[in-house]
Amino acid sequence: MSFLQARGVVRAYGRTPALRGVTLDVAEGEILAVTGPSGCGKSTLLHCLAGILRPDAGQVTWCGERIDEWPEAARSRLRRTEFGVLFQFGQLVAELTAAENVALPLLLAGTGRREARTAALTWLERLGVAEVADVPPGEMSGGQQQRCALARALVTEPRVLFADEPTGALDTLTGEQVLTQLVRLARQQRTTVVLVTHEPRIAAYADREVTLRDGAVDQSGLGLDAPVPGGHR
Amino acid sequence: MNSEAVSTQHVLLGLLARGPRHGYELKRAHDERLPRARPLAFGQVYATLARLQRDGLVSPAGQEREGGPDRTSYALTGEGRAALDRWLATVEPPMPYVASTLFAKVVVALMVADAERARAYLIAQRRAHTERLRELTAVKTAPAAALDEVIAADFAIAHLDADLRWLHTTLERVADWHREVHS
Ligand SMILES: Nc1ncnc2c1ncn2[C@@H]1O[C@H](COP(=O)(O)OP(=O)(O)OP(=O)(O)O)[C@@H](O)[C@H]1O
Ligand SMILES: [Mg+2]
Repeated sequence: MSFLQARGVVRAYGRTPALRGVTLDVAEGEILAVTGPSGCGKSTLLHCLAGILRPDAGQVTWCGERIDEWPEAARSRLRRTEFGVLFQFGQLVAELTAAENVALPLLLAGTGRREARTAALTWLERLGVAEVADVPPGEMSGGQQQRCALARALVTEPRVLFADEPTGALDTLTGEQVLTQLVRLARQQRTTVVLVTHEPRIAAYADREVTLRDGAVDQSGLGLDAPVPGGHR
Repeated sequence: MNSEAVSTQHVLLGLLARGPRHGYELKRAHDERLPRARPLAFGQVYATLARLQRDGLVSPAGQEREGGPDRTSYALTGEGRAALDRWLATVEPPMPYVASTLFAKVVVALMVADAERARAYLIAQRRAHTERLRELTAVKTAPAAALDEVIAADFAIAHLDADLRWLHTTLERVADWHREVHS
């Protein structure tokens, strides 16, 4: 049984087709990069895999379960527990501080306040943004917000992390430090990572790369879905 | 004198700046401080030292005989120190020429063959570059990565990344060009 899988996933926004039948397997513990030009459907695929969007046709299975058929409540519970999602665009709650934002998923899962705050501070520290713990998103830089959102996605120690352009707002060095952290953590805890990026040097942190083109997996040879010889794990 | 030779001379001068050393120590220090640079051959070290001595930039500073061959250590002269300082203060010309086999091969492939051949080469090269990029990235994410290693890997990664971006845009351009030619 495969871990996470998309089978012929089709999805459109009104009349705009975004995915035209994507089939893809993600192995447990794997770090998979999804690359491709702007508008090719990367974010849409990520949202379908994470159970945020429902495909118009096709299937998404996780540990053998058709999660695309689950009701919204069950899918959102999945995202609070087993999945962590880092969105491409703004997602922090404006009224809360960084630490409160990061603690939120734990509080929703029933963790005590004190414990949730401690965990939140640990994650902010790991991602190098401890100094903004008590600051609301509106007073943070773009890169600080992004790292704070990543901390929030990781605080529940999910089994799968979905990260959409996690370094988009970061300078080169900070981006690499965040990715290095992320990869080390993922390897340590056997977290599966689906990493959306359009940058080759960021995709190089993954074990494998799948390229999308016009809503489909690129089979033309331009894509690079070959596994790394020997692997790095 | 080609620029490679000039650079080895100055790197050796730099390695001598902290005190006299003999050839073997210089080779070892070079390979350690510049990981991922092509390792220096002993022959190259001795030939370079001889040239530096001829030019008055280093001078012999004692001999050690340990039952083996002569081990002459060399010291920087005043002139050598000045030459090193001048080199360190000189800005390198930023890419005066595009000197890359990769670039030449694509241009020649388009010239003598067709877009298909150029494309096939570009795709294969991109794969090789991507694999190397992953290897070097793995060096950096290894838990015990030393700073020297990370800095050397960063350098290689930045250059591979630039090549990859170029390979990618060229692939797209060749595809457009091909469509134009054949439509
Ligand atoms: N909310 C939306 N409403 C309408 N069309 C959308 C919406 N979101 C995406 N699209 C369209 O769907 C297609 C795929 O978009 P998607 O966001 O998945 O691309 P992407 O690969 O993530 O691009 P980028 O690299 O720019 O983030 C595009 O043609 C886009 O215009
Ligand atoms: Mg996107």
